[in-house]
Amino acid sequence: MSEQDRLSTRAEDFLALFNKGAEFTRELLKENERLRGRLAAVTDRQESAARNPGDWDKLRHELMTRIATLEEECTTVRERLDQVELENSQFAQRYVEVEEENNNLANLYVSSYQLHSTLDMTEVLRIITEIVINLIGAEVFAVYLIDGEKSELQPVISEGMELSAFPKANLGAGVLGKAVASNETTCWDTQRSDDLSQPIVCVPLVVQNRPIGAIAVYGLLAQKDGFTALDHELFNMLGGHAATAIFAARLYSQSERKLNTIQGFIDLLTK
Amino acid sequence: MGHRILIVEDSPTMRQLLVFALRRLKEIEIVEAQDGMDGLRKVSSDHFDLALIDINMPVMDGLKLISLIRGDESLKEIPIVVITTEGANEDRRRALELGANEYLCKPIQANQVLTVVKGLLKAE
Repeated sequence: MSEQDRLSTRAEDFLALFNKGAEFTRELLKENERLRGRLAAVTDRQESAARNPGDWDKLRHELMTRIATLEEECTTVRERLDQVELENSQFAQRYVEVEEENNNLANLYVSSYQLHSTLDMTEVLRIITEIVINLIGAEVFAVYLIDGEKSELQPVISEGMELSAFPKANLGAGVLGKAVASNETTCWDTQRSDDLSQPIVCVPLVVQNRPIGAIAVYGLLAQKDGFTALDHELFNMLGGHAATAIFAARLYSQSERKLNTIQGFIDLLTK
Repeated sequence: MGHRILIVEDSPTMRQLLVFALRRLKEIEIVEAQDGMDGLRKVSSDHFDLALIDINMPVMDGLKLISLIRGDESLKEIPIVVITTEGANEDRRRALELGANEYLCKPIQANQVLTVVKGLLKAE
């Protein structure tokens, strides 16, 4: 490329740069004009307002009123928020209580449902055992029934120890006998008793105010460290429902025996 | 999609109580088995997302059932919750060694069951 061509190219570059600068300057001037216009408009509005001081006061008053209203609203909203938070906490607490109540009711329902699901004495005693182990958490216990003739409490089923290890008890004598005679559930807040004459829980089994037996608990499972409200509800439920289930099973067994006897007698007569 | 849970427990009282607790979960199907053998039959013939297994059962105990489930290639991934009577006994340790994921001690609370089951179903 010759020297002249190079100069020509540089001149063209310079001209393009110059044109861009000119364009930018035009845009700046235009923007400057627009801002001047806006400034003039603002000045006009200010001057117009300043001409009447009453307008300023009115505007100020309006703004102050608005601020006061907003502050009031803010206070109300804060109070409402505190109230909602309190309600929320109360609802959460209530939810926990309802859950617990629901759980307790489910336990009671299942227990009473199972107790009344059979008329077989062995089955009833097995269900009582299941409830005392699984729902109450007892490890050592026995179910006693009153021998009608002797007024004596005899163990009929046990868990945790051999049945023969559990002593008989007379009505009105000893911890168990007294609890049954007075028809009052007794409960000591302790985990275990090695003395079989001193159960930690005595639940009299009562039908129509007549004692028919008792559940005596001597030891709780290792992880069970005390009695809950549900345990006491279960004791009450067992005192009534287990007794009724045992009573019904006994009646059914007696009626079955009588029916068989009568049937045998009829067969003897008719053959 | 719902979950299927198998309860293997010989006590009808406990089974009913577990069903009551689990029914609170949405879209859940519960199948009951009354001993280990019944449990094995049901878990082998159908799909389950979780199994609750009692330890002390007639016919086949829970420990045996867990070992059979964990030894079966098609069943070994099923999360297992063990239900034990004692708090810290040998059975619980053995069940965990055999591959049980969690354990619950009797007397069990519905909310404990739900927490454990939800946790395992979520982690599945």
